[in-house]
Amino acid sequence: MSGVIVAEHLVRRLTGEVPVTLIDDVSLSIGRGEFVCVMGPSGSGKSSLLYLLGLLDVPSSGRVLLDGEDTSRYQEDELANRRLSKLGFVFQFHFLLAEFTVLDNVLLPMRRLGALDEGAARARGQELLERFGVADQAVKRPSQLSGGQRQRVAIARALANDPLVVLADEPTGNLDSAAALNVRQILRALASELGKTVIAVTHDSGFATAADRRIGLVDGRLHDAA
Amino acid sequence: MRIELDVALTHLTSRRRQTLVSLTGVVLGVAFFLAVSSLMRGSEKDFIKRLIDNSPHITVSDEYRAPEVQPAELRWPGGAVQVSRVKPQTETRGIRGYREKLAFVESLPGVRAAPVLMGSAVLTFAGKIQAVTLSGVVPAKMKHVTTIEEKMTEGSLDALAANPNGIIIGRTLADRFNLRLGSTVSVVSPAGGSRAMKVVGIFRTGNASYDEEQTFTLLKRAQALLDRPNRANRFVIQLEDAYQARDLALRIESTLGYKAVSWVEASEDILSVLLVRNIIMYSVVSAILVVASFGIYNTISTIVMEKTRDIAILKSMGFHARDVRRIFLLEGLIVGLIGSVLGLGLGLVLMRVLAEITVKPPGVTELVHLPVWWGPEQYALATAFALSSCLLAAYLPARKAGRLHPVDILRGAT
Repeated sequence: MSGVIVAEHLVRRLTGEVPVTLIDDVSLSIGRGEFVCVMGPSGSGKSSLLYLLGLLDVPSSGRVLLDGEDTSRYQEDELANRRLSKLGFVFQFHFLLAEFTVLDNVLLPMRRLGALDEGAARARGQELLERFGVADQAVKRPSQLSGGQRQRVAIARALANDPLVVLADEPTGNLDSAAALNVRQILRALASELGKTVIAVTHDSGFATAADRRIGLVDGRLHDAA
Repeated sequence: MRIELDVALTHLTSRRRQTLVSLTGVVLGVAFFLAVSSLMRGSEKDFIKRLIDNSPHITVSDEYRAPEVQPAELRWPGGAVQVSRVKPQTETRGIRGYREKLAFVESLPGVRAAPVLMGSAVLTFAGKIQAVTLSGVVPAKMKHVTTIEEKMTEGSLDALAANPNGIIIGRTLADRFNLRLGSTVSVVSPAGGSRAMKVVGIFRTGNASYDEEQTFTLLKRAQALLDRPNRANRFVIQLEDAYQARDLALRIESTLGYKAVSWVEASEDILSVLLVRNIIMYSVVSAILVVASFGIYNTISTIVMEKTRDIAILKSMGFHARDVRRIFLLEGLIVGLIGSVLGLGLGLVLMRVLAEITVKPPGVTELVHLPVWWGPEQYALATAFALSSCLLAAYLPARKAGRLHPVDILRGAT
């Protein structure tokens, strides 16, 4: 398989008194600039697959190749470094830091990576906010923004370090239809205009229509997309 | 580091009341630590100063630290034959050739020494009898090695130098016997010598038994009375640096052969009591800071609990576990640093206030200030202890934060 992100026979089991298999032998490859939606009913393992592909979780067996690198031999710190430089996350509940301004939230990954000096980072942060129409909210706290605005800020933050892949977990699950449409268009544009690989977990079939490919997941196994 | 500092400061400033309570604990802890330790150190220094001022820094006596080795032991070392009932040779007690030995001691840098012949005598006056310690001294030398001249309430050491039959007695004895300057008393020694002596000085040290039993006369007169011509049995030594006493005593003892006891050795029991007192004191004041550190632990633990989602976000962004740990350790450090700086300031004020307080201890006629002493090591100790407590208090929640697994939190949140 070739692609920006490749999963090979991924298995994720939770051990305990009653072992649970979240992901069961999933293999897939997602290419550069592709917009993929992972769909399935609740409890099918969509988010678990996203966490594995996003290097937030470690598979029980199998491996994930990111940009050609086998991540299975990486320790926690190296996985964190890959998340910082090559991946960006958007979650259902925006997850912005409440005490920081909108701009500071976007600057966080850039400051942690340290590739840009403070001035250049601020300029890029401002540019990202402008791109998503929230530049005028830069000095506000997230609590002063609407749900749609917060999610656009979260997308701006995910793009801060110019990642290869943006992973979105139910990005429109908490938005009204207008805001959801706006977020969908933004994610679509990330793939088609900026060449980012976008992997979104959703059970909104309307949202999934914007994707290049839909992957179905049932009981942790790949299934034909709905 | 800057980003971690930003997050740490944001956490603390967003919880102003909790942070203020933690900070107040550290400020009070550091301030009381300083105030109490300065009082204890002050009283300790005051006590040691009195000890050093009022007693010889080194006393050389006509004794040996180890018993003299008998000739049979020298001849047959480790021999199986034990010679019993060995009786040491009877000899006149005292430091042999004391003038040469005194000259050696006086030749040492920063040393002043005076010979003393100390013995027992009986003082009688108007039918009253009192056993006393008779010390034969050289007034000109004695002035420079003791504070007795300062304690004279009547007469002087110079008067003793001028009168070969003069005697200086303590205030308690003078009062008991109703003696005044110029009174004549009879002094009898166990060697059989007897002399009528004129009171030429009266001293008062405040130590009742010393003021009752100690008397001074000229060395020559004491030698005659005690039948020990050309002998002294003590060298009273005073040093420019009293803290060199232990080393110098060893040197003198190894050179002269006679036992040389420094004030440190002579006061070992008292100094060990001071050590125990210091341990108790530091334990008590440290307890204040330990209690304060619980406040910090509480604050940071609460922040960690409230901020689990933020921790998950930071980790999903690419923050390492150590970055997250550092954020919460920095929070402890910030509270510790600010608390220490403010605590040092408040402590300084407290110490100045304490230093102004006057008390009148029993037996003292004048008001005295509380003995307060502070030095850089106290500031360093208070700051180091406060920072360690704060870091330790922050470490436990910081470690917990660093171990949080983002997926567990994200699953719980969605």
